[in-house]
Amino acid sequence: MSSSPQYRLVLFVSGASPNSVRALNNLKQICEMHLKGNYKLEVVDVYQQPELAKQEQIIALPTLIKKSPTPTRHLIGDMSDRVKVLRGLGINPSDIAI
Amino acid sequence: MTKKINKLQKQKKAGLLPKSRTGINGLDEITGGGLPAGRPTLICGAAGCGKTLMSIEFVVRGALTYNEPGVFMAFEEKADELTMNVASLGFDLNQLIEDKLIRIDHVHIERSEIEETGEYDLEGLFIRLGYAIDSIGAKRVVLDTIENLFAGLDDQIVLRSEIRRLFQWLKEKGVTAIITGERGDNSLTRQGLEEYVSDCVILLENRISNQISTRLLRIVKYRGSVHGTNEYPFLIDEDGISVLPVTSLQLDSAVSTEPISSGIPSLDTMLGGAGFYKGSTILISGTAGTGKTSIASSFANATCLDGKKCIYFAFEESPQQVIRNMRSIGIDLNKHIKSGLLEFHASRPTLHGLEMHLVAIHKSIKRFKPDIVVLDPVTNLITVGSVSEVKSMLIRLVDYLQNEGITVMFTALSLNNTFNEQTDEGISSLVDAWLLIRDIESNGERNRGLYVMKSRGMGHSNQIREFIITDEGLELVDVYLGPDGVLVGSAREAHILREQTGQALHGQAVSRKDREISRKRKLLEAKIAGLQTEFESVEEELNKVYLEEELKHKIQEDNRMEMIQKRKSIKARK
Repeated sequence: MSSSPQYRLVLFVSGASPNSVRALNNLKQICEMHLKGNYKLEVVDVYQQPELAKQEQIIALPTLIKKSPTPTRHLIGDMSDRVKVLRGLGINPSDIAI
Repeated sequence: MTKKINKLQKQKKAGLLPKSRTGINGLDEITGGGLPAGRPTLICGAAGCGKTLMSIEFVVRGALTYNEPGVFMAFEEKADELTMNVASLGFDLNQLIEDKLIRIDHVHIERSEIEETGEYDLEGLFIRLGYAIDSIGAKRVVLDTIENLFAGLDDQIVLRSEIRRLFQWLKEKGVTAIITGERGDNSLTRQGLEEYVSDCVILLENRISNQISTRLLRIVKYRGSVHGTNEYPFLIDEDGISVLPVTSLQLDSAVSTEPISSGIPSLDTMLGGAGFYKGSTILISGTAGTGKTSIASSFANATCLDGKKCIYFAFEESPQQVIRNMRSIGIDLNKHIKSGLLEFHASRPTLHGLEMHLVAIHKSIKRFKPDIVVLDPVTNLITVGSVSEVKSMLIRLVDYLQNEGITVMFTALSLNNTFNEQTDEGISSLVDAWLLIRDIESNGERNRGLYVMKSRGMGHSNQIREFIITDEGLELVDVYLGPDGVLVGSAREAHILREQTGQALHGQAVSRKDREISRKRKLLEAKIAGLQTEFESVEEELNKVYLEEELKHKIQEDNRMEMIQKRKSIKARK
């Protein structure tokens, strides 16, 4: 394992809305389970930094942007659909099932 | 005008809906002052009918004219694409963005890049829009086209409820918003949602009939306000959008009694002395080659010579053609074009639809502010519309021109079939003065007879005049009513000659009689003189006798007195 984490994730949330809180909890769980030690998660409250919304093309909240590895992907929603989250992160769920 | 102002003031007093002026030509008239201020308006229509353009013009005009900054949220085009698209209209978006008057936010949604992993809302869009609004203090917002969200995201229920919330949120923000939407199959928009949550819905259409396309605008709804309900044609050109509020319902335009010369003095005389009334509508109809264009040009020429302005719309000939042809009858139009008093607009009727012609005519008139307008010939417009359509277009044009106090002259070609006579009648009820030029055929030649069919409010001549086109211009000559009927052309000339001969003979006879009389008078005078001398000698003779008598009488008296004297002295001596 390299010193710098392979996965760079940014989660954009809207304050402490129920969806945002759920998304953060779900995401942390998934990351801990599948990417332990290999990810860096940054959480941004769009209310605090509204200028980022335009820059990062945010429409829906919560949104998770996978900055690396490429390709960049946007994952929206409360991260409750674990299969879709893993697909979005580029992790093959079947690998994990084994 | 004052009525309108009063109405507006009344509206204000009653606390009626405040409106935000769009600055788009004509749209504010139809909506009675603009879009509902602080509320969302939907502009919908099929692809390519001008939604984006209309909305961006709303923002740009707001920024430039009304000092209301605006946010343009583009879901379809990128900022630089938009900038390029509207540069052709003379809008410099980059400058406006730099001046913080406009903010463009391109929303990029790519379905393949997005994974939906559960419940979400569009709070990101709200925050983004809110930030854009607050950063420049925007009063106007455009969302173009919001339904692109539906293409990028799956959850219809969330989207629908979020869009509903967005409309509410825009109202709370107090911004005047335009939302554009693609037209759906059976509803105004694809989602059938926006039209219900908008306070005002404007439908744009691009209709094609007879292979000619016309852009049309209609206000489908406008909560809390009266509005024009018709379909109004509009035009997109280098000045942006121009909508035409086509019909004025009232007949209350001011009238003028100021005369305006037709450029043909003898025609002015026929019309009661001074010509047409200023601001009246004049129709000149006639068969082919009777000189309609010549009359129209002569009218234009007279106006320009007077230092007034004229627009000439030619639907048949090119300006160069008209100028050349008119030079042959001594009318120099080129000089007026150079001095800027005359403007030619030549276009084929089939260039665009009837309504577009009307819009184009309106625009030129608004810009040039002419004193008279010539349309030559209106009958050619039949090629792009039916008789009734042409009539309704002309009614609206006449309405507008009368309001502006502009005199208009139509020429109309009439053939001898019923179809075109209808056109004449269709227009003739609308005009104030109608001149008809008709061919009078006789003795193997064709001459032109001019009739004043009507001239409202003027004691006009009921006579037919022969209309002659000479090198020096146009002239009207009295026709001769001979025993064989109306005489024109060479028959008239022959008649004049005959009359002149008769007059010469007659004159000679008269002079002979005159001489006879003078001779007689001389004779008589001589006789009188003789008698006079005779009388004088008799008188003198008589006078002499009389004087002698008196002298004799006096001497006798003296003698008698002397005698008395003598007798007295004798007595005294005694």
